[in-house]
Amino acid sequence: MILQNLGIVYALLGAALAVFLAGSGSAIGVGIAGRAAAGVVTEDPSKFAKVLIMQLLPGTQGIYGLLVGFITLSKVGLLGGGAAELDVQTGLLILSACLPIAVAGLISAIAQGKTAAASIGIVAKKPEQFGKAMLFPAMVETYAILALLISILAVSAIQV
Amino acid sequence: MAVLQMQRISICALKENRKQILELLQQEGVVELDMDMEEDEVFRKSDTISSRGIFEKNAATLDHALEILQTYVPEKKGMLSSLEGKTPVDYDSYSNIVEKQEAVMAQAHRLTSLAKEIAENKANILKRQNQIEALEPWKNLDVPMNFAGTKKATAFVGTISSVMTQEQIHEGIVQADPKLDAFDVNVISEDKDQTYVCILCGVKDAPALEEALRGIGFARPAQTGGMIPRERQERLEQKIAVLEQKNEELEKEIAGYENTREDLRLASDYYRTRASKYEVLGKLLQSKKTFVLNGYVPTRAAAGLEKKLNENFTLSVEISEVPEEDEAPILLQNNTFSASFEGVAASFGLPGKGEIDPTTIMSFFYFFFFGLMLSDAAYGLIVTVACFIVLKKFPNMELGMKKSIRMFMYCGISTLFWGIMFGGYFGDIVNVVTRLYFGNEVTVPALWFVPLNDPMKLLIWSMGFGLIHLFVGLGMKGYMLIRDKKYLDFFCDVVLWFVFLIGLLMLLIPSSLFASIAQMTIVFPPFLNLLAKVFAIGGAVGICLMSGRDNKNWGLRIALGAYDLYNTTGWLSDVLSYSRLLALGLATGVIASVVNQMGSMIGQGVIGTILFIIIFIFGHTLNLAINLLGAYVHTNRLQFVEFFGKFYEGGGHEFTPFTTNTKYVNIKEEIKL
Repeated sequence: MILQNLGIVYALLGAALAVFLAGSGSAIGVGIAGRAAAGVVTEDPSKFAKVLIMQLLPGTQGIYGLLVGFITLSKVGLLGGGAAELDVQTGLLILSACLPIAVAGLISAIAQGKTAAASIGIVAKKPEQFGKAMLFPAMVETYAILALLISILAVSAIQV
Repeated sequence: MAVLQMQRISICALKENRKQILELLQQEGVVELDMDMEEDEVFRKSDTISSRGIFEKNAATLDHALEILQTYVPEKKGMLSSLEGKTPVDYDSYSNIVEKQEAVMAQAHRLTSLAKEIAENKANILKRQNQIEALEPWKNLDVPMNFAGTKKATAFVGTISSVMTQEQIHEGIVQADPKLDAFDVNVISEDKDQTYVCILCGVKDAPALEEALRGIGFARPAQTGGMIPRERQERLEQKIAVLEQKNEELEKEIAGYENTREDLRLASDYYRTRASKYEVLGKLLQSKKTFVLNGYVPTRAAAGLEKKLNENFTLSVEISEVPEEDEAPILLQNNTFSASFEGVAASFGLPGKGEIDPTTIMSFFYFFFFGLMLSDAAYGLIVTVACFIVLKKFPNMELGMKKSIRMFMYCGISTLFWGIMFGGYFGDIVNVVTRLYFGNEVTVPALWFVPLNDPMKLLIWSMGFGLIHLFVGLGMKGYMLIRDKKYLDFFCDVVLWFVFLIGLLMLLIPSSLFASIAQMTIVFPPFLNLLAKVFAIGGAVGICLMSGRDNKNWGLRIALGAYDLYNTTGWLSDVLSYSRLLALGLATGVIASVVNQMGSMIGQGVIGTILFIIIFIFGHTLNLAINLLGAYVHTNRLQFVEFFGKFYEGGGHEFTPFTTNTKYVNIKEEIKL
């Protein structure tokens, strides 16, 4: 009896994973980049705006996680009150749909943070190469975007 | 859409005119000098380092004087003052400063010495304050510090290096020398590790007492003086007051120089410009009577410059085409719309030798994709209006900055357009507000469709847009090959790929895979299906055979061709990369909805409404900022990686004309070429 009602729990677990794994990844990534950025600003405060943009780049995974989490919540009706009746299978489907952005978000945000820190090094030495420096972290983000895409498509394709 | 045509210019003129000629060139600002010339027996370079040094030093002095002014009479600056750019100054007031230069320098020196005096006074004040502090423990002593005693009595003024009471000192002395009894111990003060004392005794006991005192750690103070400590402190305080008074006067005098700020700036720029002239002068090749210089000049400015030079001086100007092997500097020339996007192309790299300027084509795609990624009508309007106001408010903005802001203004318009297409106004604010306050929900209908309701549709469209972008990129490559008359390369590297890719596409569209993604079935007539197969196979065979055409060995050639065919996966990943158009567009809308939802959860009432407004402003500002950054970064990426990857390498160097080298003012309009 209890097992049969677990559907909604799985769905919520999916949303939670998407938000907290991708969010943690972004927090770590932004943290790594932030340390490098702070070092540059102590030497040259005029580069603040440029390094801040660099620091923010690994922050998007957290937002993608939030996005998937939100779509999931509204899908299962937890936002408007009156949760939908989910069977276990649908719940697990939703949980699986959330996994791509959760895992890829976590890992890519950390990797992107490290890349952003290296790019901040470029900005410190050659500020005119800002455009190119920005590109390296953006390359990492591609994979988070692909994961986000599959998560969104999967979540919206599941019939509740 | 063009890289401006450059020509080489060589000037040979009389040495006596060299300064005037350089000044003219500097004023015109249309020539990039090429200074890597070898000395020979006739032509030598002269040494100008010393005079250049003087100008640089003067400029530095003036900058320092300006800093001093800024410290004592700060100029009020707004938040956006960094956007203001250089103040335009007409040439007359600039030449005016040349006459006033000595007076201005004198003012700068006066300012520097005033600041120095203030600093010295401050140091003196600090020294006196330290002295006062050192005297603090002696405040209750009513004889001078160096008081030795009277005719009959001897005084010991000093410190004992431990904390002791009067009795303890007494005991200590008696223990050290039991014979002593006629003495008087006064504890003046004590702190955590010393006791300050004044001990009196008869003259004859003095040697014995001194001995005894040494035993308990007595020492005479380092700082002595013929004054009673309290009086000395008062005297020091008076001196401090005098110094402070003086500093105030000095600061007032500095403040009196506030109006000279403009002159200082102009003069500083004047010296800086002269310094750069002398730098060039030092690199000129000069013979006894003549000198030569070479450089690049944009073709359209060449004739005018030649005329001006010939009118004013006796010289020989030679203007010729840039030789094949030389790499001319790059200056881009575009209409206002496309020019706004030059910064993006330049940050990837200016066109290299033989490449075309990609800015025009890129600007349209940039405009299109940026809006698609942000896709919220309200955000677009905010960005457009904000950029427009900034542009109007700061007309003297630096050119590069102006272009970027104009670019964001255009991108805002595109965002507005896509927002209307997709029905996004602060996400779903209209729905939320009408539901909350009026009871019945109103939806602003999307002109096209709502992406969140039909993400697959937008995904297909995104990839379609991407495919067009990529095909245009390949087309650009084809254009460059035809322009260079490399017809075989054009056929093998461009036409065959087009045929192959179009064939693949036509195979894909009627397939069940496409039908399941697009949720619609497209059936081609049989001859089209056949054509698709012919295209795909023909293209593939062609690429396989022709890609490695530089190799004589047929086995290797086909192997290389097959490897090139593997690039199809590269095309696949390039097209998939455009799915970010969908992902980022959804992100904006969904986060905006989250913000609205959070705001509306509190309820109607007065407090609810106030909180709603606060959450609304804060949340949407954050969302706008983050998504603006995201759209900017990822639009750049699509241009740099996917689009430029097809045809563009960059690597040209920027045209940097020899011009007035200024920091504060702009002596004439930006160069118009």
